Amino acid sequence: MLLLTVLAVPLAAGALAAALPWRRAVGWAMVLANAAVLALGIALAVQADRRQVATGLDGALRADALSAFMVVVIGAISLLASIQSVRYLAVEIARGEHGARHASLYSLLVQVFVACMLAAVLSANLGALWVAVEATTIATTFLVGHRRSDKALEASWKYVLICSVGIALAFLGTVLVYFAALHVPGHAAGASVLDWTSLMRASHRLDPAVVRLAMALLVLGYGTKVGLAPMHSWLPDAHSQAPAPVSALMSGVLLTVAFYALLRFKAVADGTLGPGFTRTLLVIVGLASLLVAASLLLTQHDVKRMLAYHSIEHMGLIALGAAAGTTLAVAAVLLHILGHGLAKAVLFLASGEILIEEGTSEIDEIPALLSRRPLLGGIFGLGLVALLGLPPFSLFVSELNMVRGELAVGLGWAAGLSLLSMAVIFAAVMAHGRHLLLGGSDRSPSATTRLVGIPLAGGLVLCAALGLSAWPLQPLLYAAARVVVR
Amino acid sequence: MRSGAELAVVEMAAGVVLAGAVLALWRKDLRALISLLGLQGAALATLAAALCVHDRDIGLGVVAGVVLLAKGLAIPGLLARVVRADPGSRETAPLVNVPASLVAAAVLVVLSYLVADPLTAVFPDPLTRLAPLGLATVLVGLFVLVTRRKAVSQIVGLLLVDNGVALVAFLLTAGVPLLVELGASLDVLLVVVVLQVLATTMRARFGHVDLDQLRELHD
Repeated sequence: MLLLTVLAVPLAAGALAAALPWRRAVGWAMVLANAAVLALGIALAVQADRRQVATGLDGALRADALSAFMVVVIGAISLLASIQSVRYLAVEIARGEHGARHASLYSLLVQVFVACMLAAVLSANLGALWVAVEATTIATTFLVGHRRSDKALEASWKYVLICSVGIALAFLGTVLVYFAALHVPGHAAGASVLDWTSLMRASHRLDPAVVRLAMALLVLGYGTKVGLAPMHSWLPDAHSQAPAPVSALMSGVLLTVAFYALLRFKAVADGTLGPGFTRTLLVIVGLASLLVAASLLLTQHDVKRMLAYHSIEHMGLIALGAAAGTTLAVAAVLLHILGHGLAKAVLFLASGEILIEEGTSEIDEIPALLSRRPLLGGIFGLGLVALLGLPPFSLFVSELNMVRGELAVGLGWAAGLSLLSMAVIFAAVMAHGRHLLLGGSDRSPSATTRLVGIPLAGGLVLCAALGLSAWPLQPLLYAAARVVVR
Repeated sequence: MRSGAELAVVEMAAGVVLAGAVLALWRKDLRALISLLGLQGAALATLAAALCVHDRDIGLGVVAGVVLLAKGLAIPGLLARVVRADPGSRETAPLVNVPASLVAAAVLVVLSYLVADPLTAVFPDPLTRLAPLGLATVLVGLFVLVTRRKAVSQIVGLLLVDNGVALVAFLLTAGVPLLVELGASLDVLLVVVVLQVLATTMRARFGHVDLDQLRELHD
């Protein structure tokens, strides 16, 4: 019942937005719905902490600690994004860029998008998980193209085409896992074969050759949606062209929802093959992603493209952490998913506010933000500090523990390479950030609306609080990690 | 254990799917490409129907109907609407010419037999042995995607990949569970709707749907 409610709340809110003419109050209803998702996620997490696994819809939905944690992440970031959506839509309508009907459609699509992500992390069946992940692409395409400029159109084309190809390969991988599971002697046939629990039970008896092929396709396929190299090329375009609240959702959670799928399949494959094979695959794509991000970040001129390449970097770090695969490393991966999600969402939302106030997101044209818009500039600066993995933010803790995990399993060389590329990225972001925040300008200061300041500052405070002490989350993180670590 | 008329139908249908993919490399007329997709859809539906008769599985009959409606009729119909606005449109300048593409296709077929070797070695079954045909279709689809520049050709490439995956799924596991299959078909149909809308908007905006001329976003 609880799980069905989690899915129904955002959908009901979306239907409400579609039915009513758009007003600010409708936007706040979306905020309320996403706050409810967060609250339900916390309730699920508390349940999971007591080792209860919630199920729903005749076992089609299932929430263990890992799913519950992902619901919390989705709830938190969609809450932040939907508050900024109220502001974004109000400004667009006031400026005559969009009609009220567009605002209704936008709200509907965002809520469907959130519901699809929730369905992905709550599906008991790994085939249904695939259907939900593919559905996120469909729901977000028109959101990426919402600004209807030429660039936005091109970005949405690239986005839907590349992601659909990737996800088709992931489907092939899923079919191969199903094939292997059907050929386990004495294993029950039927629709439940692709269920997570029965796959995990059968995993040590699956055919290794088939699982190897399947896992390669799954890493490539879901890796496309995660934004891992070599299939990352859609990401900077889509994330820079989408409206800021949508970018925040796509970068903050959608990428990691796709990574969640990889974590699940990795656990199955590790049961069959031992940890070595998937580790090698993840190290390759992880390091390649870091390399891509490090080599292209310095040349970016656009705030949102800079943030997008930063996402590729963090997905690479997460892939390396998952490659290590110890309980500590996976718990750190999960903390990183939350910390990166919060920090990246705050930065994208702040960049949306910069675009609204300054009319551009070109780094060169918005100098000295800190003196002209102290609050907005401060939030942006602290967000960058968080993303660069500096204390007190939680990304520092999670990166440290991922590296510790990598060292523990003999991946010290990969950890070293990742630290090296992080140093390059650090220098690049500092160069951009210094101009953006400190550079010289003679324009006079102006204030930032509280509607923007309060939620974004809240996101950063949460991220910092988690860095100082992950205490309230610690049992959940470890319980969730143990779901996918043997 | 599987034999007789149904197996012959399955073999024939699987062959048609791969042949359709290879022919797609040869034809440059976009309308011909769309008909080839329709042909593949019909072959996949026939294959599912044959499996339905053989396995006495009603679910597969439903799947056959859905595949025929989605891949055989709806998707080619949607693509035809994009092309109709621009009659006589052809894939003018593929990055690789036709003879070279056909040689590449031959290499890809051999490659897919090599890749699928573990499958056929471990589970020798008349259907499993056909799986490389599906893999080859996937690879040819990927080849179309990277070498063709027209929007419609790229959609065709995506759908070739998708049909190849569907073929592998039918051959190896008699399709995925029914609900997953329905969800997947719906997803693919919606993706094509989305792409059709985007292609139509691009034509209205730019007067063409040539992706080589869309180069505003790059690093």
